[in-house]
Amino acid sequence: MDPNKVIICRCSDVTLQDLHDLFKEGYETFDEVKRIARVGMGPCQANTCGKIVRKEIARYFNRPIEDVEFHRMRPLTMGVKLSAIKEAAEDEEES
Amino acid sequence: MKKKAKYVIIGGGISGTSIAYHLADAGENDIVLLESGYLASGATGRCGAGVRQQWGTESNCRMAKMSIDFFEKAEEILEYDGDVEFKQEGYLIVNSNDEEAALSEKNVRLQRSLGIPAEMLTAEEAKEKIPHLNTDIVHSATFCGTDGHLNPFLMTDAFYKAAKKRGVTFYTYTHVEDIVTENGAIKAVKTDKGTIECEYVINAAGGHAQKIGEMVDVDIPVFSQNREILVTEPIEKIQGPMVISFSKNIYCQQTPHGSFIMGRGDDRDAGYSVHSTWKFLDEMAKTAAGLLPPIGELRVIRQWGGLYNMSPDRQPIISGCDVNGFYMACGFSGHGFMMGPVTGKLMSEMLLGLEPSMPLEELALERFEGQDLEAYETNVV
Repeated sequence: MDPNKVIICRCSDVTLQDLHDLFKEGYETFDEVKRIARVGMGPCQANTCGKIVRKEIARYFNRPIEDVEFHRMRPLTMGVKLSAIKEAAEDEEES
Repeated sequence: MKKKAKYVIIGGGISGTSIAYHLADAGENDIVLLESGYLASGATGRCGAGVRQQWGTESNCRMAKMSIDFFEKAEEILEYDGDVEFKQEGYLIVNSNDEEAALSEKNVRLQRSLGIPAEMLTAEEAKEKIPHLNTDIVHSATFCGTDGHLNPFLMTDAFYKAAKKRGVTFYTYTHVEDIVTENGAIKAVKTDKGTIECEYVINAAGGHAQKIGEMVDVDIPVFSQNREILVTEPIEKIQGPMVISFSKNIYCQQTPHGSFIMGRGDDRDAGYSVHSTWKFLDEMAKTAAGLLPPIGELRVIRQWGGLYNMSPDRQPIISGCDVNGFYMACGFSGHGFMMGPVTGKLMSEMLLGLEPSMPLEELALERFEGQDLEAYETNVV
C-alpha cells in the first residue's frame, strides 16, 4: 500500500511516508517525532496513533517495541470545557 | 563520542542551538552541543510560543527587536525546508487600571525610542483588535503589530539543522555530570557517555543553569520556578493577536494551527518540578473565561509545566565569569525563546572577541554585585 495514503495520525494528518521521512532525517524517538510532526498533540492525545507510531519506530530501527519509549501522559484524560472547569472552581469556593 | 572539542555547549534549547549556529556560521568548526533529553525538551518546548518586543527595560527591548528582525528572515537565513509558523499579528497588552496604564505609557515611549512600533489603545480600540475581549474589565491597552507567534520546536529544529550543516556535533540524551577545571580554567566536560576535553563551556541549560554553574563553583544568582500552561482543541481562526495582562495574570494566543495556548504565573517555591496542578487549571479557566468569554467554550486537551529561570532584575545573563572559558546564557525569566537569535549572536561575538551588537553591561554577571534594581523589568507574566 502507498505509504502516502496510510494515515497514522488522524488529528494532525500524518502519513506513514511522513514518519519514514522523519526517521531518515534522524528523528528516532516518539518525543522527537511528536515535536516535529505533531503526532500525539491533537485531541486524541496519542490514544489512536501512539501504538502505531511506536510499532513503526520499532520496525524501522529494528528495536524491541518495549525499548521504544512513549511520551509523558499529561492531563487531562479527555477534553473538558474551560467554562465547566471555571464553574466547578467557583462552586467549590462558594461551598 | 568525541574526546576533544574547542567549544562545548550545554543545553539543546533555543539558546544552545542558536549559539551553536552563530558560532559555526562565524567559521568555528570544533563545536559540540550536549542535551540531556531531545532538542527543545526543556523550557523552549514548554513555552507559550509568543514573541514580543513590548518590554520595560532598554536591554530587553533591544534584544527582542533584534530577535524579531531575525525571525522575519529566519527560514531564508537558515535555509530551513519547513515552516517555522511565524505569525506577526501583534500582542495586545491589557491594562486594568490607571496605575498600570501610566506604566504602559512609559514603556511605550521607551519602546518607540528604540524603533519598536508599539502604541497605546483605548478599550474600544482594543476591542476592534479582539472582538471577543470583555472590555468591562479592561481600562486600556498597548499594541505592537510586529509581535506574534513562532513554533518553538520548529524554530529550534531550524537552528539545529543549520548548525549541523555547518559541522556542529550534537549529542542528545546525554547528561552532563561534571565540569573539570585546572588553574581556574575550563579543562573538560564529563558526561554519562564519556569525557570531552575542551577550552570553552557555554552554559545554556535553561532551568538547570545554576546547577551547571555549581559544577565550576560559580554562583549564578538565578532560581527556577514551575510555570504552567494549557492548550485547547483547535478551532477556526477567531483571534489574531496574543492577549496578555500582567495584573490579571494571563497570556492567551491562538496558534496558526487553531488551538489556543494560555498560561499564568503564581507565587510558588523555587524548584525543578514541572508537574501540572488542578489549582492552575481552576485559576486559568476563571481568568480566560472572564477576559475572553467565548474561549470558555473550548475544551482543554492538555496541560503541562516548564521552568522559568529567574534573574534578580528579570533580564538575562549573557556573560563570562572568573573561570576562564566558562560562559553563560541564562536567567531569561520566561522569555528565552523569543530572544534566541540575539542570544546566539551576542554569545558568539563575546567568544570571538568581536564588537558586540548591543551594550552588554546590563547583561553581565557582575551587575548583581551591589544590586541596582532601578531597571527592574515588570513586564513578565
